[in-house]
Amino acid sequence: MRPVIFKLSKIHYGYPGGPLVLNDLDFHLHVGDRIGLVAPNGSGKTTLFHIIMGLLRPISGTVEAFGEAREAEADFIEVRRRIGLLFQDADDQLFSPTVLEDVAFGPLNLGKSRQEAMAVARNTLDFLGLNGFEDRVTYKLSGGEKRLVSLATVLAMEPEVLLLDEPSSGLDSATKDKLIDILNGLDLSFVLISHEFDFLSKTTQHIYTMDDGRIRFDQELDVHTHEHAHLMGKQPHRHL
Amino acid sequence: MITESFAEGNSWIHGINPRLRVVGAAAFAVVVAVSYDFTALFTALGLSLFMALSARLDFQTVTQRLLAPAIFLLLLWAVLPWSYEGDALAVLGPLTITRPGVTLCAQISLKTVCLMVAFMALVATMTVDTLGHTLNRLWLPDKMVHLLLITYRYLFVIEQEYQRLVRAMKIRNFHPKTNLHSYRTYAYLVGMLFVRASERAQRVHNAMICRGFNGRFVSLRAFPPNPLNPIFCIGIGLSLALLVALEWVK
Repeated sequence: MRPVIFKLSKIHYGYPGGPLVLNDLDFHLHVGDRIGLVAPNGSGKTTLFHIIMGLLRPISGTVEAFGEAREAEADFIEVRRRIGLLFQDADDQLFSPTVLEDVAFGPLNLGKSRQEAMAVARNTLDFLGLNGFEDRVTYKLSGGEKRLVSLATVLAMEPEVLLLDEPSSGLDSATKDKLIDILNGLDLSFVLISHEFDFLSKTTQHIYTMDDGRIRFDQELDVHTHEHAHLMGKQPHRHL
Repeated sequence: MITESFAEGNSWIHGINPRLRVVGAAAFAVVVAVSYDFTALFTALGLSLFMALSARLDFQTVTQRLLAPAIFLLLLWAVLPWSYEGDALAVLGPLTITRPGVTLCAQISLKTVCLMVAFMALVATMTVDTLGHTLNRLWLPDKMVHLLLITYRYLFVIEQEYQRLVRAMKIRNFHPKTNLHSYRTYAYLVGMLFVRASERAQRVHNAMICRGFNGRFVSLRAFPPNPLNPIFCIGIGLSLALLVALEWVK
């Protein structure tokens, strides 16, 4: 059996004054897993990610990561170093004036020297095909460029696991294909939230859904496409 | 929205260590602010113009930036000369223009122009983020530095959010008029901006925490040792000594 990266047991969480968003949720990730998560808006996917990273504390239930229970703020510092979270909105992630500074921010926080951090940042940008972006101003990048630079900021921390919150939303098909290639070229485990089955089927092994504040493993979705021919096939029609 | 046109130059002032420039500008400001002697003030003005010339600032932009304080100074000139007590300089109908009033206005105007130009030459010639990191190195509280840097970065995002809201109002045919509906709509707009800004701040903070932020910014920018640094120090030191001598040593 491959080792478990994190394990959530009986997690309950609700925002103040609202119903429970996560209700008795169990979820674990093994090394090498690539899991897609598709569920309606407001079903708690982002909340789930924030609980794994320790940005939110569950009302009850336990979070275990890398073989240890994680409860206090200090416990999550190691978790955040080893798990990289890509935020839904790239503007939340990029706050430094220039791309190089933003990508180097994580490595610098991990205690690397200025030279090491710059080298890591440059390598990461090269790996993502973003050479020449070092001195670009972050708020002037296009949407697709922002997404890729955000991914660079996460990858520069050299995480073992990625949590990707709708990485494909708002991207054109060329950038999307590039992102698919990048994700498939990474030797990392990840959980990916998306509404696009096409994108999920090209990047993940399993697709789970969320329902009632829980992850449904029993309803694993199977994405497939097939071609078929029939009379009047050129007319718009539905398959029931 | 904010242009950092002065920061892009490459004069010898741009190459001076930003810490020295900030400390120099602050010391200059203190000395000028407590000086009242006109010889000292005119010397200070000469010095600040010399700094602006050395930094090769665009003359037109400098004048434009002086317009904002000029409006404030006009207000002073409009009020102080006749409301200040002292010897009469001239009598204009019911108003008596006093000598101390005019002197005070002249001193304030000189000091303002002098300090504005000096700060444009020494401080505005670095980018806002360099300034932030410099202030951090000069032991300014971390919180204030973060406030400066993050405000600078997110002003643009908040401005975009503002534009989005204004567009949303426009496409539904909103025309501002002097009525309660317009006031209420603007109040909603401002309220919405605050709510969005605060939520944005929370998300940004989360993103920073996820990347190991522990309350201290580390700057990538290194300022290589510059042979002109000591010369700059000596220059500022001598200028300040001269101003102090003109003001206090009679």
